[in-house]
Amino acid sequence: MNLKARLEKHKDTIIDQWFDRVVKTYPADTAGFLKNKKDPFANPVRNNTLAGMNAVVTELLGNGDHDVIRKHLDPAIRIRAVQQFTPAEAVGIIFFLKPIIRNILKTKYPQLFTDPKFISALWALESEIDGIGLIAFDIYVGCREKIYDLKATVERNTIYKAFHRAGLVVEDPEDGPDIRPV
Amino acid sequence: MNKHYLYALSAVIALFLVAYVGTAVLGLRLIFGVLIPYLAVTVFIVGIVYKIMGWARSAVPFCIPTTCGQQKSLPWIRSNKIDCPSSTGAVIIRMILEVTCFRSLFRNTKMRLEEGNRLTYKWEIWLWVSALAFHYAFLVVIVRHLRLFIEPVPFFVRMLENVDSFFRVEVLYDAFQVGLPGIYLSGLVLLAAVTFLLLRRLVIPQVRYISLAADYFPLFLIFGIAFTGILMRYVTKIDVTAAKTLTMGLVTLHPTVPAGIGGIFYVHLFFVSTLLAYFPFSKLMHAGGVFLSPTRNMTTNSREKRHENPWNYPVPIHTYEEYEDEFREKMVEAGLPVDKPFVKPAEEPADSSAK
Amino acid sequence: MSDLPKPEEMLTIDRRPGATGWMDTPVEIKKGIACYAGNPKSLEYTGLPNPRTWSCFDEDWQLPENWQEIIHNGLKERLEKFRSFKIFMDICVRCGACADKCHFFIGTGDPKNMPVLRAELIRSVYRNDFTTAGKILGRLGGGRPMTLNVLKEWWSYFFQCTECRRCSVFCPYGIDTAEITIMGRELLNLLGLNIDWIATPVANCYRTGNHLGIQPHAFKEMIEFFVDDIEEVTGLQLQPQFNKKGADILFITPSGDVFADPGTFTCMGYLMLFHFLKEKYGLDVTWSTYASEGGNFGFFTSHEMMKRLNSKMYAEAKRLGVKWILGGECGHMWRVIHQYMDTLNGPADFLEEPVNPITGTKFENARSTKMVHITEFTADLIKHGKLDLDPSRNDHLNVTFHDSCNPARGMGLFEEPRYVINSVCNHFHEMPANTIREQTFCCGSGSGLNAGEDMELRMAGGMPRANAVKYVHQKHGVNMLACICAIDRAALPPLMEYWVPDVDVTGIHEMVGNALILPGEQKREVDLRLEPLPNVETETEGEVKEEAADE
Repeated sequence: MNLKARLEKHKDTIIDQWFDRVVKTYPADTAGFLKNKKDPFANPVRNNTLAGMNAVVTELLGNGDHDVIRKHLDPAIRIRAVQQFTPAEAVGIIFFLKPIIRNILKTKYPQLFTDPKFISALWALESEIDGIGLIAFDIYVGCREKIYDLKATVERNTIYKAFHRAGLVVEDPEDGPDIRPV
Repeated sequence: MNKHYLYALSAVIALFLVAYVGTAVLGLRLIFGVLIPYLAVTVFIVGIVYKIMGWARSAVPFCIPTTCGQQKSLPWIRSNKIDCPSSTGAVIIRMILEVTCFRSLFRNTKMRLEEGNRLTYKWEIWLWVSALAFHYAFLVVIVRHLRLFIEPVPFFVRMLENVDSFFRVEVLYDAFQVGLPGIYLSGLVLLAAVTFLLLRRLVIPQVRYISLAADYFPLFLIFGIAFTGILMRYVTKIDVTAAKTLTMGLVTLHPTVPAGIGGIFYVHLFFVSTLLAYFPFSKLMHAGGVFLSPTRNMTTNSREKRHENPWNYPVPIHTYEEYEDEFREKMVEAGLPVDKPFVKPAEEPADSSAK
Repeated sequence: MSDLPKPEEMLTIDRRPGATGWMDTPVEIKKGIACYAGNPKSLEYTGLPNPRTWSCFDEDWQLPENWQEIIHNGLKERLEKFRSFKIFMDICVRCGACADKCHFFIGTGDPKNMPVLRAELIRSVYRNDFTTAGKILGRLGGGRPMTLNVLKEWWSYFFQCTECRRCSVFCPYGIDTAEITIMGRELLNLLGLNIDWIATPVANCYRTGNHLGIQPHAFKEMIEFFVDDIEEVTGLQLQPQFNKKGADILFITPSGDVFADPGTFTCMGYLMLFHFLKEKYGLDVTWSTYASEGGNFGFFTSHEMMKRLNSKMYAEAKRLGVKWILGGECGHMWRVIHQYMDTLNGPADFLEEPVNPITGTKFENARSTKMVHITEFTADLIKHGKLDLDPSRNDHLNVTFHDSCNPARGMGLFEEPRYVINSVCNHFHEMPANTIREQTFCCGSGSGLNAGEDMELRMAGGMPRANAVKYVHQKHGVNMLACICAIDRAALPPLMEYWVPDVDVTGIHEMVGNALILPGEQKREVDLRLEPLPNVETETEGEVKEEAADE
């Protein structure tokens, strides 16, 4: 039985432990809410994060389709990108998977750790997790770029676009309050 | 991380010791049986009146009800008369539902996406249920206690007692049946509800985070009251006649301290006195405040009927005249009508006067 | 070697506060959350205290010497003036029902964004300064003295609240955090602590009548430009009227509709509706350049500033001698009109009780204030069959409706906009029930927080709303988010761009304008955004859509 097939049996445990760990990146008081409130609309953070994590684990143990991972991981990272996490904190949740998987293997199949074939399979799996980490990094950077883009263009896209179309140039009256500084 | 409950618990334990030692050891029965209850009731009444007068003194400058349903507007649109009450009668219904059913708390519904994207609704019901159970059980307990203060015992108190003790424990052995009182459901429900509310505060992280000592204290105190009450009724078997002699003495203003009442009774009485005296200075005043809450007790017809602000005062405004003076030239050029004709200044541009 | 942390230890991200309660957690003014400080020129113009150049990221906020005294006296005054404030200070039992109802708490995960805690920020000082228990017990009684850290906390969290009132729906005592935030901001303003995206629009509105400080001639030019665009669409030359004395109705809308996309398209919708009514029924509607701002950023400053800005509406209606006032699609503008205007600047006895002259409907609900919401007006017209509509022109739209907070929870305006939407377009889907109507989620940018520098806060706060939009987008293919608020129209497009990029934002009267058949118009080939209509030229439409997606 290969490594992925073994882990498949513990998929729910992996996701549970992983989600627990991710939730702990929030203040304790918030963590309780995130974990226990299950309504997808009243608690979108839980719903989207969990969906992303589910997809990651499924793909990691299955086809490893990067497009699928990217699609489902996006909402989870997108949330963390606006939540005052440092980049490492936002993306680092992917790497929680490594110790979680290792610990499960250590407790369930300690004998395997002497098997060189198993070890190299584990290395390969961990490299795949690194790959997913990089996808998360890509998503994160994309989100931040979008935020900066919005910060820079939100005025132009709305107010100034309309003025531009109208061929009106905004005047800056010297004798009164400024036109809103941009 | 939040040790507030420890302070509250310690305070209640201290109160217990004060009352127990004071009566059972030092024998200060007159103080704990007469003086303190009188004092507590006085503080309770004066405190509540003072507090409510204080609220009433504050103005209600604006009509700011929270509208939780369709407004009354066009005749063919059905309005939500209870959640968006446009008449006083409807406000009264809204308030009654709020006060007797905790309607807003009941709104705590949640929705879940079941398998296959099917939406199901579920009430986040426990806070509402426990709050309701707590308040109604407390009410029943208070009404039952009227038996100790009114002679003869009024019919509704007897009736309530009968209903409350509906679940009589049937003991088959004759020996045990003698003198076994009916179980009052209300006392047990009160104890259970107060325990739940306490646990909720201790267990749910965000509720624990916001809880102050002032939130735990009344819960521990009421737990103490219910617990000592139950203890006296079912375990230590208090001499009810003696207790009634004391309570009747209190209400008829001929206080007597009969013998044969145990320390637990005084603890119970002291806890109740503490609760009464504490009431006006605490969040327990929500009982009165809810009736005065402007987001609930006002009509939503604010565009139909003008609400007066008692302290409405004149404010500096930027009048049309000032505005036209500043922009008249540009307005005339753009073909906008003006009130005063624009006269081109002769020499220097009169820009400074426009400011 | 053994000194090095294990890889998983390096990744330990644990933000759980240790043994400290919320009172001991010092505030951190963060970039992306905080808004820039008010421009001193703007404060000076409206006579607000302590104008100076300062930054909330500085250590020293350049406060007046006696700032604690100012706050204490300000609190005292407001406790006497507002029963709401006094009661809300006293009766909260901290049951936690509101805790998870706030979009900012849900989105940011910051526990101090729980409504109960936001209020506790002031309550703790109130207990310390004004209650017997607080004075005796101090910290034990939940009180704490007013320190600089507390003040910074107030600044931070009262500008992380959009005054949306969602929490007050769930509170068993109706405690309204909006009311608390309003008081908190009034107190902060006593020290000259305001944000620029409120202070400067206030000064601009005061001076020129609109939040951008656009002068009267430019305001007119802007509307005339819309007239040109409408001519391109319909072949008809409209003639809107400005500052016209003796008109039937004065129309006031937020200036965002005149100056910012996509509100501009909503503005075209109003113009077309008024043109239709003038041509068919002779209704005479005028715009005003003096009262050219329906929105009232004074409401986000103080009750007094709200009154000062709002005064223009009645003053202009009186000057022009109109019968009554019609108000455009706006959120907080309507909270002010519905719950404050008559009290502040009424009674409007110089106006007539509003009657729709075309249908004869008496707007009895506006009998005293004499101002009617445009969706009430339009719904009445449609119900009586007075408008010629072709809803198929909106067939390319699959619409959902975002209840704006203020018309929802400060007015109860739910059915009118829905009736209008369903009359002018054929595809409409509601978002989940706990995200609409009185339980609607805020756009996350209301009450003056729609600045650029706090974009992270706006995106996080708007996430619950976006999440519900995403759900109907995926389930029903919704591609258009309709709303009746100018701040929504400014705030939702970037929110959608971040969370649900395939959904666009519209005002209701843009859709009315598209569906409305004007007498003598040419066959329409494009909508008000000058994009080809679907049933006319399907091929080009596909191309344009693709281009738009590429952007």
